[in-house]
Amino acid sequence: MRHHLILRVVTKLLVGAIILFALYVQFHGDFSPGGGFQAGVIMAVAFIIYGVVFSLRQAQRVFPPWLVHKLLALGVLIYAFTGLVSMALGYEYLNYGAFTPHHPEHGQHWGILIVELGVGVTVTGVMVAIYYAFAARPPTISDKDW
Amino acid sequence: MAAFTLEFIVGHVNYWLFTVLMMTGLYIVVAKGNLVKKIVGLNVFQTSVFMLYISMGKVTGGTAPIFPTDMQIDPDTVYSNPLPHVLILTAIVVGVATTSLGLALIVRIQEQFGTIEEDELLEIEKAMAAEDTRLHGEAMGGLA
Amino acid sequence: MLVMTALAIVRTRRLFATAMLSGVFSLLSAQLFVVLDAVDVAFTEAAVGAGISTVLMLGTLALTGRVEKRSTHSPFLPLLVVGMTGAVLIYGTLDMPNFGAADAPAQTHVSPDYLERSPHEIGVPNVVTAVLASYRGFDTLGETAVVFTAGIGVLFLISALRRRRETGDSGNDRKGA
Repeated sequence: MRHHLILRVVTKLLVGAIILFALYVQFHGDFSPGGGFQAGVIMAVAFIIYGVVFSLRQAQRVFPPWLVHKLLALGVLIYAFTGLVSMALGYEYLNYGAFTPHHPEHGQHWGILIVELGVGVTVTGVMVAIYYAFAARPPTISDKDW
Repeated sequence: MAAFTLEFIVGHVNYWLFTVLMMTGLYIVVAKGNLVKKIVGLNVFQTSVFMLYISMGKVTGGTAPIFPTDMQIDPDTVYSNPLPHVLILTAIVVGVATTSLGLALIVRIQEQFGTIEEDELLEIEKAMAAEDTRLHGEAMGGLA
Repeated sequence: MLVMTALAIVRTRRLFATAMLSGVFSLLSAQLFVVLDAVDVAFTEAAVGAGISTVLMLGTLALTGRVEKRSTHSPFLPLLVVGMTGAVLIYGTLDMPNFGAADAPAQTHVSPDYLERSPHEIGVPNVVTAVLASYRGFDTLGETAVVFTAGIGVLFLISALRRRRETGDSGNDRKGA
């Protein structure tokens, strides 16, 4: 898409806004609609749109595949370890009241934030990894045939 | 069985519409030979199941299950059922992940066999099976 | 509108249009979710259905082909099967409570409990998030694991295998092609 000047400029403007919006959805998910799943998808969309409009190579320079693959696993580990920590503190698995025993509401709040972060990281990783996997294959249809 | 009053029909027409959508998806899966189209059909089917769930959670006069930020909850406010929302929320994301797995399989099939039409794939399968049988027979020295 | 879009997906043979129509279908269903008070779900459906899965469909089409072959089978048997299934399902809905009824079984089991307890137990305004991450944390852990597994599966299917074939392990698995 080398020749689409307008698309490229608009994308440059939008990518930042999309990432910001993803972070908002991620960390504001307990007050308004949103959460890890949506934030992960929106974050991935930012990288995907960058990859589509510029090129896969440039997107991979910003967000290299090895990092994506690490993030994929990291999110699930964050989630699972939150559960283990609450267990180590003498509560049930994934009972976030464990973090602040004198005021369980705050613990719940923190727990939800951390767990949602884990979900968001995994979903971002998976979606971007899937996009990279598809886009890295040589297409059988040339651009003109569309 | 309940009588078909007007109230009954209005209260159930949403389920019927979702059933129609669901069957459209099923028809695509069953009748179309192209594998990509089958995946789209599965998606339509899946989305209509989601709608069925969400519509079960709706309470007349209710609002979205989000409290005011100051947590001063008006006891008269009716909230819709949050449970189906949770289930479907995760199901959508899992759905797209599995859809992409299906699409990846299709890409592999295309690379291996050069087609994603079901009929042609079945032909190729049959030819391969026949070839296997022949090779097996030769290896057994005509005894098999 | 939704039904019309779905029927258009059935009719068209150009897969490009099919992919686009499935995006349209997702957006329309997201609107329906907003009407049904499920804002979180609508949000997800709009981002996932209209965004990611359309991109993935197009990516697949670029790798395979964009015209569907005309089907040689008669559509009567599938129509019969689908019609029978639909009839059975509609018969099943006859026993269901009216749309929006507050005394439906789905509304009276655990959900009021969540709505009542979450303000002082969790203290998070969005009940959907509270149920998702806290009351049903195990579920969500499982779902995350499923998403993770699907991602790994895609990576194995279309990134890792290519490396193996490049190293000369093409073998005899191409003999049917």
